[in-house]
Parts: sequence; C-alpha cells; structure tokens
Amino acid sequence: MKFVDEFRDAAAVKTLTAAVHAAATRPWTIMEVCGGQTHAIMKFGIDELLPPHITLLHGPGCPVCVTPVELIDKGTQIAARPGTIFCSFGDMLRVPGSSQDLFQVKANGGDVRVVYSPLDAVKIAIENPQREVVFFAVGFETTAPANAMAVYQARQAGLRNFSLLVSHVLVPPALRAVLDSPGNRVQAFLAAGHVCTVMGYNEYYPIAQQYRVPIVVTGFEPLDILQGVLMCVRQLEAGQAEVENQYSRSVRREGNVPAQQLMAKVFQVGPRKWRGFGPIPQSGLCLRPEYAAYDAELKFGVAAYQAEEDGECRSGDVLRGLAKPMECPAFGTRCTPEHPLGATMVSNEGACAAYYRYRRHAPAAGRQEL
Amino acid sequence: MPEDKKFTLDCPLPINERPQIVLAHGGGGRMMHDLLERFVLPAFRNPHLESRHDGAVVEIGGARLAFTTDSYVVHPLFFPGGDIGSLAINGTVNDLAMCGAEPLYLSAGLIMEEGLPLDTMQRVLASMSRCAQAAGVQVVTGDTKVVDKGKGDGMFINTAGLGAVVASQSIGPGSVRPGDVILLSGDIGRHGIAIMMVREGLELESALESDCAPVAAPVLALLKAGIEVHCLRDLTRGGLATSLLEIAETAAVHIKIEEDRIPVEDNVKGACEILGFDPLYLANEGRFIAFVPATQVARALAVLRGHAVCSAAEVIGRVAAAPANLVALKTRIGTERVLDMLSGEQLPRIC
Amino acid sequence: MCLAIPGKILSIAGAEELRTGRVSFNGVVREANLACVPEAKVGDYVIVHVGFALSIVDEEEAQRTLETLRQMGELLELESGQGDEVRR
Repeated sequence: MKFVDEFRDAAAVKTLTAAVHAAATRPWTIMEVCGGQTHAIMKFGIDELLPPHITLLHGPGCPVCVTPVELIDKGTQIAARPGTIFCSFGDMLRVPGSSQDLFQVKANGGDVRVVYSPLDAVKIAIENPQREVVFFAVGFETTAPANAMAVYQARQAGLRNFSLLVSHVLVPPALRAVLDSPGNRVQAFLAAGHVCTVMGYNEYYPIAQQYRVPIVVTGFEPLDILQGVLMCVRQLEAGQAEVENQYSRSVRREGNVPAQQLMAKVFQVGPRKWRGFGPIPQSGLCLRPEYAAYDAELKFGVAAYQAEEDGECRSGDVLRGLAKPMECPAFGTRCTPEHPLGATMVSNEGACAAYYRYRRHAPAAGRQEL
Repeated sequence: MPEDKKFTLDCPLPINERPQIVLAHGGGGRMMHDLLERFVLPAFRNPHLESRHDGAVVEIGGARLAFTTDSYVVHPLFFPGGDIGSLAINGTVNDLAMCGAEPLYLSAGLIMEEGLPLDTMQRVLASMSRCAQAAGVQVVTGDTKVVDKGKGDGMFINTAGLGAVVASQSIGPGSVRPGDVILLSGDIGRHGIAIMMVREGLELESALESDCAPVAAPVLALLKAGIEVHCLRDLTRGGLATSLLEIAETAAVHIKIEEDRIPVEDNVKGACEILGFDPLYLANEGRFIAFVPATQVARALAVLRGHAVCSAAEVIGRVAAAPANLVALKTRIGTERVLDMLSGEQLPRIC
Repeated sequence: MCLAIPGKILSIAGAEELRTGRVSFNGVVREANLACVPEAKVGDYVIVHVGFALSIVDEEEAQRTLETLRQMGELLELESGQGDEVRR
C-alpha cells in the first residue's frame, strides 16, 4: 500500500534502531499519547527494539479508555429505549459502564449498530424517519471534524430525529495534566500525528517551553515512531525542548483550517471528565447552543445523571504513566479483556489490553536483537 | 464527585458474571472456548471430545468413519462469492476432510423464518445442490422447520456429515511433533472481509469475494501421495491465529510463524487497514493448514499447488517443543510478538 | 488515535459540505467526505479517518522523509565499515 509499506521497511527499521541506540547515552522517559501509536508499537514490537534505558510510556491517548463511566451509562440508557437506533464506533461496544455495556443492551434487544463513520449514522437517520437515531460521538480532535460534519449535515437537511451523545476530548490539556501529576516522570512526548493533522501544532509550543519537554509530532508506522523517538532522544541529549514535526507528509503547522472552522461552527470548548483523571477544565468539546436540538443528553433528559465510581482499577495511574499495566494487582487475574475492570483493558488500544495481548508472555530475556 | 480529588481512580464495578450468552460467545475466540470448556464439554465428556478436532473419528463394525456437524447463521444470506447454502455444504465437507476422510453423506436441517421468500429458499437450495455435486457428496437426509417472524434472521442451516477415513494414521493435534512444518493452503481473510463488505454500515466496494470452496480434493491427494500428515485444520471463525493457538494448546507445543510468508490479498490488506483488523483473525471458508514432517515439505507443497484452490500454498512456520502453548509471530520488521486469542469478534476501531 | 490511512481519490462528486470522493485503499473503495480538503483532486492521496479526509498526502515530504532515512542508512554502513563503532 502506497505511503504505508515504505514506512514498514525492515532495513530502514534497522537503521533507525541503530541510530537510537547510538544517540541515547542516558536514560530517558518518553510518552506517546495516541491509541493508534500504542497499537502500532505493540503490534510491531517497537518498544522491544529500543535500548533498555529508553522507557516508552502510553498516555491517555485512547478516547475509548478515557470516556467516563457516566457517559457509557447515558449511552446504555438511551440505547435501551424502544424506537431508538444507537450507532457507535465498534470499540465502544465492550466498554463497561456501571452495570452493563452496549453489547449487553444489544443482547437484550436494543438496536445498537456499529458504524464506520458518523456520516453513515446520518444516512440511517434519513432512512428511518420514525426512529430516533443517536450517534456516540467519541474521540479526540481527529474525529471531531467528522462528527461536526455529521451534525452540520443533519441540520442543513432539517433532520429532527438525529442527535449526538458527545464525549470529545482534547490532547493539550491532557498533556498538561500528565505533566502536572506529582511523580510525573515524562521527559518528552510523541504528539499524535492525526490529531495534529487537524489541529496543527501551534498549541504545543507553550507546553514545550513551560515544562521544558521536547514534543515531536509523530506518525503511525514503525519508521515514523522510531524516527519520532530518535528526534526526542536527540533533543533530550542536547538539552533542547522544541516542537518538531516528524509526520510532515500529513501535518502542517497550522493544521487543517477548513476542518477547524467546521469544528468551531458546531462545537465549543468546555469542561470534560476523563476516566482515570477526573475533570480537566477546558479539555472537551460540547455542542454549541445553536445545535442544542442535536444534543442527545438534552433530548433524552440524561444530562443530570452522575455515576458513582469506585473500584480497584488503576487505569488512572496507567494513563498518567505512573504505573505499567503489569504493576496493577488485578492485571491478568481479576481484570482481563473478557472481564475488564476498566477501559484500558477493554479497548484494543488501551495500554492494559495491549500489554495483556502482546506482553504477558514476554520472554525473560528482554530486548530483542534484530 | 469531590472536586479537590485530583487522582480519582474511576472504575466501574467489575462485571465478572455474565448471566447471558452474548455474541462474543460465538466468535471463535477466548469466550467461546471458555463456554465450551466450562459448560459444553463437561456435559458430554468422552474420549472423542478430548481430541478437540474438527470432527470425530469413530469405529463402527471395523469401518473408520469421520463424523462432524456445523451450523450456519451467516448474515446476510448472500454475499460476494457465496451464500449460506454453499457455506453449509463446503464447511462440513471441509471438516470431514480435516479428519483425513473422504466426505460421502451429509444431512441438512433448515430452520426458516416465517416470511422468508420462497425464491430465497430456492436459491439457497440450488446453491447447496451445486456445491454437493462439485464436492462429490450426497445430502441423504434432512429436516425443515419454520419459526415465527422475528425469531430467525431469515434462515439457519445445520449440516452434519459422514466420511470414510482414508488416512491410516490419526490426524489431529495429538499427532503434532516438534520439527513439523506448517503449510497454509492459500491467502487469508477473504471470507471475513467479503461478509464485512455487505454488512450494513461499513459500505466497502471491491471485487473481493469469499473464498468459500471445498478442499477435500487436495487433502485426499496429500494422503494418497503417502504424505505423513500429522494434523489438518480448516480456518474458519477466528482465523489462522485461532486455529494455530488451539493446536498449540491442545498439543502443548510451540508454534512460530513468519508474517512475510503469509499471503494476504491486496483488497483484504486495504480493508484491514481501514477497519483496523488483523487478517490473522479473519474468517476463511476455503483455507486450511497442514502439519507435515520437514522431510516431506517439498512433496506436500507440490501436491497442494497442483490444485487450483491451493495454488498459493506456502510454508508459513514450524513447530518447536518450547515454550509450549505459545504461538509467536515474526513480524515483517523482524521483531517477534506472541499471538493471543481474541476475546470475541474483531470490531472496527477508530484508533 | 487515530486510525487513518492514505487512499487514492478515484472520482469526486458534490460540492461544499457534500463534496465526496470514491477513495481506493489497495483496491477497496469507500466513499469519503472531502469538504475539508478543497484542493484535493482525482489521483491525489488523502488521509481518511472514519470516512472523512483530513489531509492530502504531501508526496514530496514523504520522499524527503524516506530519503533522510536512506542517507542515514548509508552513513551508518560507512561508519561500521570503518570498524570503530560498536553497533547494536
């Protein structure tokens, strides 16, 4: 596949690996904040190529993982209503709420449908005028333009039976929350390449300066991730704290301006609760007042609902990089992908699920030689 | 929610007890295996079930027969490259072949939903007839039931099959040995993606068709050529990875495969990239793996490649003694990762 | 996140917010909304996430990235040929 296969070239991987080993003279801790990058790192075994003194942590980059329990509950409540068609991305279906997940609502007769795109949910609304169609709008900035377009198109078409259950989160406030956590050990970040494709990377300069951390906008293929790590290591070794763009074939500094304008038409920044972090101010997107008719929380009267949260799940520590999944006492025993305690185990990109699937058998020998 | 608390460890109450069957129980992954191990197998415990193979080999009056059954609940009923009828015939034919048997007689139970158009039923029957002829089997008995509207998804089919065992040796995970080489009969993932393409909501267009096909002929050719086949497994739900994991666990061996050697067709690759699927876990309906001793690989490959359905057959890995019960994949960039069972079905992801 | 991959635009239809393209991913074609990549034309590669195009792949930048890596590889080979570097 063009622009994909070239960035998975085995020989180039060897080159970059050697370069990282040569460049890293001291221990460094780098965090990536993107479920897609977590997945790629686990799938290709990239972290095992790195020298032992480079630690790669997985931050709160999985929108599925950070969706609060409360919102899952609102989703299951709405989905359980007769006459509703509840549309969602596939990975949300298994995330546990307080008492059930969307899969169980489906098992009990709810019309819960997996869609690939929010625009497909709009089509379903057009085709089913007598049913209420709700789309579970989860995601970081990458998904916001598509979700905004769905609502925008719905309003242009005068649809009255379409609404969004919004759970949008923003990356820069999450980076700050990680850096502000007592015990934080993150020294550099790989910034999510597709989030930055939309938003550009101007927002990261103040963070890099204030906290003195290098931030490298990075892509998703093995070569991208290794090059991103190399660029971080070089900055760290030289005592620099700059913003750089590794993923230049997709990311421009100003980002995608039409997409940002579309988002601004439909969404506004507001407070958002993050699973594992609690509320982070100005960290989410919600629908603008002009789009209130498309807000499922208002339409279905669930806005006031709050969930009691409790338990032994340590996904909060994992998301902050304060703990690795294996350090959680429940990991692999009471908490597995079949009966997860928290979203980091349910979502394919959750750090716990990734570790469970790819690392729990890891040979004691440690790092791999190519 | 206390506002001064910065480090809330948000977490729901654990859902350990699932009092209901959910879709994942039929997905071919870990949950289905757990269901079988905890409830189904104990209900019927006997030595035949312990072999955990695609079918059972039984002896009746001195004749060794293979016996198998499968139910088909695919939705939609018709998809590129096949339909529920062709699946129902070929699936059972293939399971018999995996026991080293020549498929001979099938039964067919039809469960139809009230309101199913007669025309649909006829198309399915015609398809079953064609496939039975092509596979050289006869449907000698069957049953028909109708259920109320809303209780049946159109049509369900169960087929059971009997075959005459040709192989003199026992074929199954119990015969797998360290040093065995693993052959894969062709490219993977077509059926899984073909189904995805017509499923509501995903709307993918391509020329891709299901790989639904009978594989009894190449298997029998292997046996007749005197190849010492240790194990056969057709790759259905859960894909190549699940079949390898099942065999590694049952036989208590280590399996190592190489990503570079596993054929995946371009369209399947593209669809997997869009949806975030791993082709190793996608369903197939006309592909199998064969475990043969290293000394017989060249001959086995030559036999397989002589059949159109196996023309792309490849060596994909080998068996070792340790670490047991693990399947390791050498990725295309040269790193190694351990494969695991999926919990349930793969879902399209956004991350 | 997020899962977004490059696909080639085969055809374009519609305008403004309804501007969509048929995009091919290694032979599998899916419709994608092109409203936010107004300069995209048939034959361009776009990065598509959940049926929505986010950017046009800059082929020059892609080549530049690969070229940097190629040069890095040659340099490392030269250096190890000189026998001094301990390369892991």
